[in-house]
Amino acid sequence: MEMGLDDRLGNGAGQNTADEAIKVTDLHKSFGTLEVLKGVSLTARKGDVVAIIGGSGSGKSTLLRCINFLETPSSGTITVSGEAVEMRADGSPANRRQIERIRTRLAMVFQAFNLWTHRTLLENVIEVPVYVLKTPRAEAIKKAKVLLDRVGLGDKAETFPSFLSGGQQQRAAIARALAVDPSVMLFDEPTSALDPELVGEVLTVIRDLAAEGRTMLLVTHEMKFAREVATHIIYLYEGRIEEHGPPDEVFGNPKSPRLQQFLKTVGW
Amino acid sequence: MELLSLSPPGWGGNLLRGLVNSLQIALGAFGLGLVIGLFGAYGKLYGGVVIRDLLGIYTTVIRAVPELVLILILYYVGTDLINQASEAMGYGRVEISGVVAGIWVLGVVQGAYSTEVLRGAIQAVPKGQIEAARAYGMPAFLVMRRVTIPAMMSFAVPGLANLWLIATKDTALLAIVGFSELTLETKQAAASTRAYFTFFLAAGALYLIVTLLSGVVFARIEKWARRGQPSLRAGQSR
Repeated sequence: MEMGLDDRLGNGAGQNTADEAIKVTDLHKSFGTLEVLKGVSLTARKGDVVAIIGGSGSGKSTLLRCINFLETPSSGTITVSGEAVEMRADGSPANRRQIERIRTRLAMVFQAFNLWTHRTLLENVIEVPVYVLKTPRAEAIKKAKVLLDRVGLGDKAETFPSFLSGGQQQRAAIARALAVDPSVMLFDEPTSALDPELVGEVLTVIRDLAAEGRTMLLVTHEMKFAREVATHIIYLYEGRIEEHGPPDEVFGNPKSPRLQQFLKTVGW
Repeated sequence: MELLSLSPPGWGGNLLRGLVNSLQIALGAFGLGLVIGLFGAYGKLYGGVVIRDLLGIYTTVIRAVPELVLILILYYVGTDLINQASEAMGYGRVEISGVVAGIWVLGVVQGAYSTEVLRGAIQAVPKGQIEAARAYGMPAFLVMRRVTIPAMMSFAVPGLANLWLIATKDTALLAIVGFSELTLETKQAAASTRAYFTFFLAAGALYLIVTLLSGVVFARIEKWARRGQPSLRAGQSR
């Protein structure tokens, strides 16, 4: 579906909202006196892969973490699959059950993997299905094994995370994310903590997920990868969207001097 | 040796009864201490200003006053308060079971130390693991049960093992309020027979056995709690 850029940023009036997976409107976030997000709006439709790029401190991770309320936004609205998150005046979620329910549909993959180290890979993958989604254990195990196979860790199901490489841990974390059948996957710099030779194996898994039409928000420093898999690029600069658009435009013909400078700095 | 035989005229039976009482109190006090400690640690870490201040006073006062003094205070004040309450409600004076009083008194003391042990252990859990649990929609209690507590166990077990051993030996302090735990039983047996050396040696051996067995149990618990963590010794896995 070809959309005007304004529609992509959630400014279009009267658009069909049924296929909106994530809609963020005028999001602000301050830490004390430091305003990290200064009014960000974006819309991800089903099947979109939105890559968020930007320099360190541009607010890209904060933006992602506000979407599942790991950070409490200061103001703005967030809608997930058409359901607006109820917020108090201070931006905190007003309805604990609602936010917990919404979080189960937003699977997050962290820079530092954040696997539960006292549980095996299999236990990590079945944890949320069994204890949060109340899936029968046998069913969850069956599915977890398929997912671990899929990320190439079928033979490591009984291994604890600390005995695996970073790349293996991150692939396991992706399997954990897939286990909840997420409507949107949130990737927070998934390869930034990895040794260079381990980046490829993780990107391969993410590329496959993108190819099967999963909706994703991806904060990344891998520009080549972003250009390849993303349907949209958002460039954040000091808490604002400085430039956005299809990857070929953003990377092929950057208009903003700041983006041009940024791309030069990262060696594009 | 016949002084130690289990049936009269031997005093072995008395000593063992004292030991059972001691262990009962130690277990109860340790358990109560853990419950207080868990709430205390969470209160100190996540509670509001009032809760944090109250818990600060609790842990400071309890850890500042000698345990013997605390036992005297808590025991007499506690029983006094209960009796006053009972009389005020029109019941007569109540007989307070020594075991319950002992558990209450030592449990309150243990709770203060547990609070600090568990608070440290919770803080040692990598933040990302708790964040991951929240990000996947776990409610706070489930996060605590499935992630924080299991993950903090490896940090908490050595400190808790200390507390348990202290609990077993603190029971001896209850002799001062006339509770028939191992030490008081030993003293009575020794005084009646004049065989001080025999009986106190026997009591010492019993305390030692408790400590050794506890060591075995805690080694197992620690091994379980540390599952998934590489050994610090080179060349060993699990």
